Amino acid sequence: MTKQTVAQRIGAEPGRITRWVILVVVGLVFAIPIVSMIEFSLSSNNGHGYTLDHWTGLLSPESARTYRTLFQGIGNSFLLAAVTVAIVLVVLLPTMILVHIQFPRLRRVLEFICIIPITVPAIVLVVGLAPVYGIVVRVFGGSIWTLAFAYGITVLPYAYRAIQANLDAVPVITLSEAARSLGASWPVILWRVLLPNLRRGVLAAAFISVAVVLGEFTIASLLNRVNLQTALLQAGQSDPWVAVIFALLALAFAFVLLLIIGRLGSVSRNRSAQ
Amino acid sequence: MKPRVALKYLGLTPFAIYVVIFLAIPTILAVGTGLFTADGSFTTENLLGLFAPTVLGTFLSSFWVSAVTAIVGAIIGALVCYAMLGTRTEGALRSIVDSASSVLAQFGGVMLAFAFIAAIGNQGLITVWLQDAFGVNIFENGVWLYQVPGLLPVYLYFQVPLMVITFMPALQGLKPQWAEANATLGGTQLSYWVRIAIPVLAPSFLGSLLLLFANAFSSYATAAALISQGAQIVPLQIRSALVSETVLGRENMAGALALGMVVVMVVVMWGYSALQTRTSRWQR
Repeated sequence: MTKQTVAQRIGAEPGRITRWVILVVVGLVFAIPIVSMIEFSLSSNNGHGYTLDHWTGLLSPESARTYRTLFQGIGNSFLLAAVTVAIVLVVLLPTMILVHIQFPRLRRVLEFICIIPITVPAIVLVVGLAPVYGIVVRVFGGSIWTLAFAYGITVLPYAYRAIQANLDAVPVITLSEAARSLGASWPVILWRVLLPNLRRGVLAAAFISVAVVLGEFTIASLLNRVNLQTALLQAGQSDPWVAVIFALLALAFAFVLLLIIGRLGSVSRNRSAQ
Repeated sequence: MKPRVALKYLGLTPFAIYVVIFLAIPTILAVGTGLFTADGSFTTENLLGLFAPTVLGTFLSSFWVSAVTAIVGAIIGALVCYAMLGTRTEGALRSIVDSASSVLAQFGGVMLAFAFIAAIGNQGLITVWLQDAFGVNIFENGVWLYQVPGLLPVYLYFQVPLMVITFMPALQGLKPQWAEANATLGGTQLSYWVRIAIPVLAPSFLGSLLLLFANAFSSYATAAALISQGAQIVPLQIRSALVSETVLGRENMAGALALGMVVVMVVVMWGYSALQTRTSRWQR
């Protein structure tokens, strides 16, 4: 028997058995839907026995034709992810740095603006986005990338939090004043002093934006655009196996992205603790 | 104004313009259109339409689904957080649960609907297994997965992980010294939880509960993927109002519904942030 800690003896912490019972039961229940998806993707069309056909079928030459919409959706989603990340880097990031250094009083305002998309969810925003996109289409044309303007708003709370955590942990003002007193211009300060220090926060913001954009359904669906999720739903009606396989792949991809974000976060915590 | 100062403010304009066009204007349009008819004259008809029995019914279903999944999700999530107490912050177990939670909390929408159809759909793994092994038919009274009750297990799948993410910092904030002080003063396990831990955790628990409620109330994708037709909850009603403005016999009904949703969301999120400021006292 292992030695109990003080906290365990006086009941502030769970014992070993309690802990593992809770974690194993919840873990098993949460594994069921994922395992069911894997099982389904391996089942044969007639429902008897297992086969790898649906997975290997994706590699066959004709699959590109059969699943055209799906591949188009994947392409669109990656394009949207890239443009959204660009918006975060070009529009949000410089503003956050500027406010942090020059307008400390506006910090609360900026925070408030960036949190609004949580209170005004996508399903509400899309009601007002429909007329706005009527104009956007006239100005920029109807290509898919314009949807990234809306996604830039959707990812605002996540990107803000990731970058702000990093801004708070780094002495940005001291660094920029030091650089300025050494004669550096603002572009040089931004590029060679601040960005290297904000790398983790910026990377985390980029990855979480990609994860959110790849999972976005509401706006694309109601504005009649094709992205990964709307294409998945459509594919699910004609070929559920392929739809489930792609859902699994997308899930695995999101897991890797968020795992990287977690690592970025924990490493920067370690550093600041030293 | 000096040119340098003007230049400084100029730096804020790209973000300001972007936010005005793609956040402020859509929000105002969304909540404002409900007050006007299609030809631009003011009307309260759409707002009164919110109190029609069918619309009230969908708001009630939305409240019901959000409340049940928030409460059950909060309790299960809090149990998981409790189970994690005393494990090392940088340990493998903690990082696995953290990563899994952040992935699953984001795992809404079409993929989640697929997962549950594969698990407890008509021919799902669990459905068939229960039928074969125990002769239990979970859909004896109709296939509820594609109706409002079906949203409950599906929503719980992202509610519990969200609770783990939001509530863990609060549980982490319980100081071991408090438990020691309680023991030194002759307190029992019961007195520690009832008189110390639960009062300290209550604001955070309630705050997380509200966040979960808002999360379920505003989520659209999962329900849309699972329930392809009809307007059983508010987001789905917005869908049918958008797809066909005349479904309810009123123009701009989507705007009125959006306004109704925003009112609920503002109240809930205001409560959340009020509770959050009370919580942060203990986490320093």
